[in-house]
Amino acid sequence: MVPLSWYMLLSTVIFTVGVFGFLSRKNIIIMFMSIELMLNAVNINLISLSHYLQDLRGQILAFFVIAVAAAEAAIGLAIVIALFRNRATAHVDEVKEMQG
Amino acid sequence: MIQQLLFAYFALASVLFSILVVTRKNPVHSVLWMLLLFFHIASLYLFLNAEFMAAIQIIVYAGGILVLFLFVVMLMNLRQELLINRFIGAWPTSLTFAIGLLVVIIMSVKSFIAAPPGMYSIDLIKQETHTKALGKLLYTEFLYPFEIASLILLVAIVGAIVLAKRRLKS
Repeated sequence: MVPLSWYMLLSTVIFTVGVFGFLSRKNIIIMFMSIELMLNAVNINLISLSHYLQDLRGQILAFFVIAVAAAEAAIGLAIVIALFRNRATAHVDEVKEMQG
Repeated sequence: MIQQLLFAYFALASVLFSILVVTRKNPVHSVLWMLLLFFHIASLYLFLNAEFMAAIQIIVYAGGILVLFLFVVMLMNLRQELLINRFIGAWPTSLTFAIGLLVVIIMSVKSFIAAPPGMYSIDLIKQETHTKALGKLLYTEFLYPFEIASLILLVAIVGAIVLAKRRLKS
């Protein structure tokens, strides 16, 4: 039997890799993929807790996380397409129209 | 023993693939590593007796979201992408921040105290089948959040079309 803390540690490591990717990459698509990484880490945590605490509510919550992730990916990629059409770039440091 | 070995393989592979996702220069490679990562995470769900979640993980993430990402990556200029630096200038700061966050969360995981177990034991789920138990809970106790989720998906569809379509000349 694998202890619960192993799953939580795995989830922590994947989450921090996602945080690093979100903070350090230039490409906005990779930043969105880092957000997906973080959501997946949260899902691992929720489902492992749901299994070890013998309660299905965690899996329901993971279900909603997946639904929101799908919606977020659709909207985010639509924003990327609009950005790419107007500025012809996908790099966040070249988009500075809102800089004061 | 065999369980722990398999878990070790899947965990190490997941961590390796997630690091590869955020460090590859070519976005297409990132997307493909992420596909492998999603399959490994789905197998981890199978270890946790959550076969419906594993199926959803493969169908929605690998089949839906990643294809969307791949389509958008195809729109980009990959030649120009391969020439420039992939990280922002201040990447050591973000690395420090991420490592600090890792240390803090690991220290807080140690002090985790589990709640008393609920009613859905493995025997009950086996007797009722996983999908049926999940569906019963979803359509009774969580019916209202389920409807809100459908509304969120509707907003996403409308918003994506409005944002991505070309302006009509008037």
